[in-house]
Amino acid sequence: MENYVPFLMVAFILFAIGAIGVLVRRNFFVVLMSLEIMINSAGLVFVILSYFSGTVSGQVFFIFVAAVAASETAVGLAIAVLMYRVRHTVDVTEFSMMKR
Amino acid sequence: MEWLLLLCVLSPAVGCIINGLFGRWTYRAAGVIGSTFLGISFALAVPLIIYAIQGHVVDYSYYHWIVSGKFTVPFGLRLDSLSAMMLGVVTFVSFMIHIYAIGYMGGHKGYARFFTYLNLFVFAMLLLCMGNNYLTMFIGWEGVGFCSYILIGYYYEKKTAADAGRKAFVTTRIGDIGFIVGVLFIILYFGSVKFTDVFAQAHMISPAIITIITLALFLGAIGKSAQFPLYVWLPDAMEGPTPVSALIHAATMVTAGVYMVARSAPLYALSPTGSLVVASVGAFTALFAATMALTHFDLKRILAYSTISQIGYMMIGVGVGAYWTGMFHLMTHAFFKALLFLSAGAVMHAMHGVLDMRLMGGLRHKMPQVCIVMIIASLAIAGIPPLSGFFSKDVILSEALMLGHPIIWLVGVVTAFMTAFYMFRMIFFTFFGESRVPEGMHPHEAPSVMLVPLWVLAVGSIVIGGILGVKVHGHISIEHFISLTSPNAFPIVHKYSETLLIIISIIAGVLGIAVAWLAYIPKGAFSFRSFVVRTFHPLYRCFFNLWWVDEIYNFLFCRPFWHVSERFLWKAVDVKVIDAGVDDVGRVAGLTGRAVRILQTGFINNYACWVSAGALIICGWYLLKIM
Repeated sequence: MENYVPFLMVAFILFAIGAIGVLVRRNFFVVLMSLEIMINSAGLVFVILSYFSGTVSGQVFFIFVAAVAASETAVGLAIAVLMYRVRHTVDVTEFSMMKR
Repeated sequence: MEWLLLLCVLSPAVGCIINGLFGRWTYRAAGVIGSTFLGISFALAVPLIIYAIQGHVVDYSYYHWIVSGKFTVPFGLRLDSLSAMMLGVVTFVSFMIHIYAIGYMGGHKGYARFFTYLNLFVFAMLLLCMGNNYLTMFIGWEGVGFCSYILIGYYYEKKTAADAGRKAFVTTRIGDIGFIVGVLFIILYFGSVKFTDVFAQAHMISPAIITIITLALFLGAIGKSAQFPLYVWLPDAMEGPTPVSALIHAATMVTAGVYMVARSAPLYALSPTGSLVVASVGAFTALFAATMALTHFDLKRILAYSTISQIGYMMIGVGVGAYWTGMFHLMTHAFFKALLFLSAGAVMHAMHGVLDMRLMGGLRHKMPQVCIVMIIASLAIAGIPPLSGFFSKDVILSEALMLGHPIIWLVGVVTAFMTAFYMFRMIFFTFFGESRVPEGMHPHEAPSVMLVPLWVLAVGSIVIGGILGVKVHGHISIEHFISLTSPNAFPIVHKYSETLLIIISIIAGVLGIAVAWLAYIPKGAFSFRSFVVRTFHPLYRCFFNLWWVDEIYNFLFCRPFWHVSERFLWKAVDVKVIDAGVDDVGRVAGLTGRAVRILQTGFINNYACWVSAGALIICGWYLLKIM
């Protein structure tokens, strides 16, 4: 059995970068991009483990995840456009209409 | 036969359903429909009664109503001599009252509604009489209670009528609790509610339990049959339309208690204590109610007190153990009391609702036929031979004496004297003397649809006692008939000359009539009356104010109840516990919301922070577990 821990470390670092990006950035587009990084890091784990276990199921999973992530991004961008039309900004801290 | 019996019992229910559901479209036909279905019931009852007279018994369970382990309650009916007699009385007298009501209620508001209730009432009474177990009886028992409530409160827009209906319901309800307790005891100790099972096992149960059961059942009878101390609802029940008063007092409802005791004869026979209580309460009520009838001026209320008094007689009869005498008096009473009420209704109809006898007088010229039938009924109730009341009242008194209750006999004779007096006081006041009818009122004879039932009942009042009460081959026919089901409970201890007893009771009746005549007819009668009133002033005040029983009940039960309701239940429990509790539940939710609201900053980054913090905690938890 080969050592796959370094590969997983890469995936983890990607995930952490994405998560921090989601938490600290205010630009809606950057937040969306960070989300993409998180999703892809998870997908990377699938692929790594699939490769090391010698099966293809994980890679097939990732194809599905990628498809779903694409459609999800499309929805996210549509929301961003609409929000911009309403508030004339893409700063997420301005999007607090639910809070009175 | 059992299906005929079922049909006979259900027929009034069909009439009730038709009038109840389609009353809006039956209009004037409602009365005819209601009477027709009761007529069918009566017609079906005739072959059934003949069947019972031949000595047959029908006891049939149509289906199992409640099944719980070994305990089952069937829905079943029973036809034997006792219930056959009730079947005849109830269907016949109710039929007459229905026909009368077509005329009496004509043009009243809610004509169809009235006949719906009336049919339902008779149906409940038939169920009560014909049931073959205590629970079926109890359905009928509650049914007549409910129907009395809606019928007494029939003029519900009138406050006194609505109050009277409620009073009847609540008062009889107190007794019903006793009945329920009795039935529960029966279920507990006998494991069955069927009459046949219960009576077959009765001798194996300890006498103390039997006594408790009989007393509890009798409490139900006290409420339903208006005995002391729960009689107070009955005089107020006069607020209902007159046919209802007649129905409640003559054929249905109040006789239920007497019937129930006679039906439970095998239980009462095993409990001399229970029987003695029944007889004593009956005797006391008979006397007590008679005193209250002496001084009243309201036509229908006199009759109400007289009913209470006569039911007292029946209770004496069933209480001393001679069940047939109670049932015999029940039957004759059904005829002459229905007649009395219906004639009083005819007078009231003619006087446009006036019931105060001080505004009547001399009516015999205006309504001779009503006057004659009312005198017949009064002679019957006063126990003048050969009318029916004489036979039944006489056997009750002589049996009471011969079975060893001389005090009860004496009370009965005194009551017989008072009965004759107040009935003829009423007759003389209403139909004789000078007219005191107010100007502009023109009393008239009743229409024939009302007169025909009156005459039928009058003939019944005259002959029924003679037919059933004379000795044939050494025994009285009704005694033989009822004893098939409820034989006498206790042996005769004394033997008196029957002729002497008959003479004594005739003297009591005639004396009563004579005193009434003296007090109301001759010139100078007024000074005689005022002399009597002055001499016995304290007693007169007691009679006139009805012994202040209503006031005492008000003070003892109603006022404390109101105070507890207002001060404790309303102002303490409701306001401070229930309402405050509801408020506090709301307040807790509000406070929680205020605390949680702090988390809702509105910044999406904060929410994301919480989510990732949660994710980290969960991941950390699993890592800790792994390591």
